[in-house]
Amino acid sequence: MAETVKVDRRDAKLALAYIYVAFIALGLGGLAGLLQTLVRSGKFTLPANISYYTILTTHGVLLGLVLTTFFIIGFQFAAISRTAGTFSSRARFFGWVGFWLMTIGTAVTAFFILTGQASVLYTFYAPLQAHPGFYIGLTLVVVGSWISGFSMFTHYARWKKAHPGEVGPLLSFMAVVNMVLWLVCSLGVAATVLIQLLPWSLGLVDRVNVLVSRTLFWYFGHPLVYFWLLPAYMIWYAIIPKIIGGKIFSDSLARLSFILFLLFSIPVGFHHQLMEPGIDPFWKYVQVVLTFMVVIPSLMTAFSMFATFEMYGRSQGAVGLFGWLRKLPWGDARFFAPFVGMVFFIPAGAGGLVNASHQLDQVVHNTIWVTGHFHLTLATTVVLTFFGGAYWLIPHLSGRMMTKAMNRLAIIQTIVWAVGMCFMSGAMHFAGLLGAPRRSAFSTYANSPQALEWIPYQIVQAVGGTILFIGIILVLVIVTNLAFFAPKGETEFPVAEVAEQAERTPLAFENWKLWIGITVVLILLAYTIPFIDMIQNAPPGSKGYKLW
Amino acid sequence: MHIHKYEKIWLAFGIGCLFVFLTVLGVSAFAKGNQPPSCLTTIDPEKVDQTPPFNKLGLVKTGDNKYQLNMVASAFSYTPSQIEIPKGAKVTINITTKDVIHGFEVAGTNINMMVEPGFVNSFTKTFDQTGEYTILCNEYCGAGHHMMTARIKVVDKQWLKQ
Repeated sequence: MAETVKVDRRDAKLALAYIYVAFIALGLGGLAGLLQTLVRSGKFTLPANISYYTILTTHGVLLGLVLTTFFIIGFQFAAISRTAGTFSSRARFFGWVGFWLMTIGTAVTAFFILTGQASVLYTFYAPLQAHPGFYIGLTLVVVGSWISGFSMFTHYARWKKAHPGEVGPLLSFMAVVNMVLWLVCSLGVAATVLIQLLPWSLGLVDRVNVLVSRTLFWYFGHPLVYFWLLPAYMIWYAIIPKIIGGKIFSDSLARLSFILFLLFSIPVGFHHQLMEPGIDPFWKYVQVVLTFMVVIPSLMTAFSMFATFEMYGRSQGAVGLFGWLRKLPWGDARFFAPFVGMVFFIPAGAGGLVNASHQLDQVVHNTIWVTGHFHLTLATTVVLTFFGGAYWLIPHLSGRMMTKAMNRLAIIQTIVWAVGMCFMSGAMHFAGLLGAPRRSAFSTYANSPQALEWIPYQIVQAVGGTILFIGIILVLVIVTNLAFFAPKGETEFPVAEVAEQAERTPLAFENWKLWIGITVVLILLAYTIPFIDMIQNAPPGSKGYKLW
Repeated sequence: MHIHKYEKIWLAFGIGCLFVFLTVLGVSAFAKGNQPPSCLTTIDPEKVDQTPPFNKLGLVKTGDNKYQLNMVASAFSYTPSQIEIPKGAKVTINITTKDVIHGFEVAGTNINMMVEPGFVNSFTKTFDQTGEYTILCNEYCGAGHHMMTARIKVVDKQWLKQ
């Protein structure tokens, strides 16, 4: 184990380019988030007539789409290069094409949002109609991500050809599953943008079918959250064990859970549309059942992680039921940040079951409870894991080393984040149960006694939001240091090995035709009949509105 | 593929819980009729005022202690905006929109419906307790989204007027 396996310098440059854009988005999107919580406290108004909804759209697009997609693609390029070898110059070239398309698309989208021509939120619900440039910018982002995905697929196929009869490296396999998931689901958003919204915003067609557009959006919108989550799972399954000094509990189970995510994360979009007219409740229930199936791979992941932790602790001589907990490297930010993320996933997952449940969703749908929910899943579990990943990935790629002082700052950052999120997300959950809506500027609803009860919770949200913004400043300081100022040196890209007692991994996991085939069948089962209904019983279409 | 004994126990327990949850949801939805609002009726959003039931807005008595509450959402208001409901009334709320998507929510209750152009949405609820409820819009609809509001008063008297 003497030598450090390094990501090729040219691949490192590509991966870093993506990661830089991600962290710039974090800074700007985080600032927007801070302003939102301040406005909603009722104690602050935005200067210069800036609309709350412009800020809200900026926050959603920058953090939900840009931060995540850019970090994920950058991380996956590095992970594939590390485990399946250096990219060919052709594949790397397409990686750069993807990068520039996505970056230009982001800039175009940001321009139209910030000039107030696209305050339609990141869910861009028709018949609110944004400037065509907004849809064109988003199309470039998605197409760029597809090109990057194909670059990864061709590289993986080349590795498989060179290693007949072998299973692909775990991290590369996981990255490929995630890009397949992304490709299949983003077809939905591409369809609504290219076939419906873009021609309509250009004036080529007068009217749009609103329900079809929303259905295509949510066909994409829920798998999107698994596209965010799976790279965090890659770090948990394949990297954290190495950081703590342990082994992967089971390679096969890790792959099985990824395949289950591929199958069950797409045919579930109706659980975002449970309160909608025009969809038969039978089909809503079918998709609720499919939604619940993702609990199975999540439970498998939880088991694997804690099994790895316990096996490692006991190998270090831990005794008693929980003695192994004390053996974990609590002072190492590469472990501590993702671990805190895992802990937050427990209430996050439980809240998700509430949201996906028919009747319970009637109480919380579109309340700020939901915002609280995804600030636990995405903005804590996933984001803290990405931060923990950045603490070794960036110095590995930039040829530097994290100092003790930076590690300490990263531990503090994690604690700041956890405390800020307890305040903000906690208050959002409680206010949501009382009925406070999401996506709304400060309002007392004509001095309604009910709405006045929500104000203390909104002040707590602003306190939490402020603490979280301090957390963002801290992480930006650390990331800038690791990229440009930390001492030069070699940092390991940790990749764990499989435990000795684990069995050989069956090749069946790489039967892509089979898995993609089942995915398509499940999607067709869940969507065909209700989708035909929507088109056959369509009401007159809607003209575009610009009401902001 | 080998699965560890503890993991089998853990997964069996987890998946067992899952099926209990799904059974509870399914029985409640299909046997007891607690379906989420999913009205399939379509409407021309530009002819809402002429189309029944929206040609008669507000509370309409349809039977013994049974009522319809017909409401229209548009940017950025609800019509009507002040509603009185006699205590104990079983009310079917019908709602539609003349323009963009709105979210009809009676805060603090399970009345929560997406209102989309071209569709009627509908939910039936018995108002057992007197008091005041705030109606708001919980789906972004534009600059005045947070100003959209209406009020329901559940009153303890016999409803005399039609």
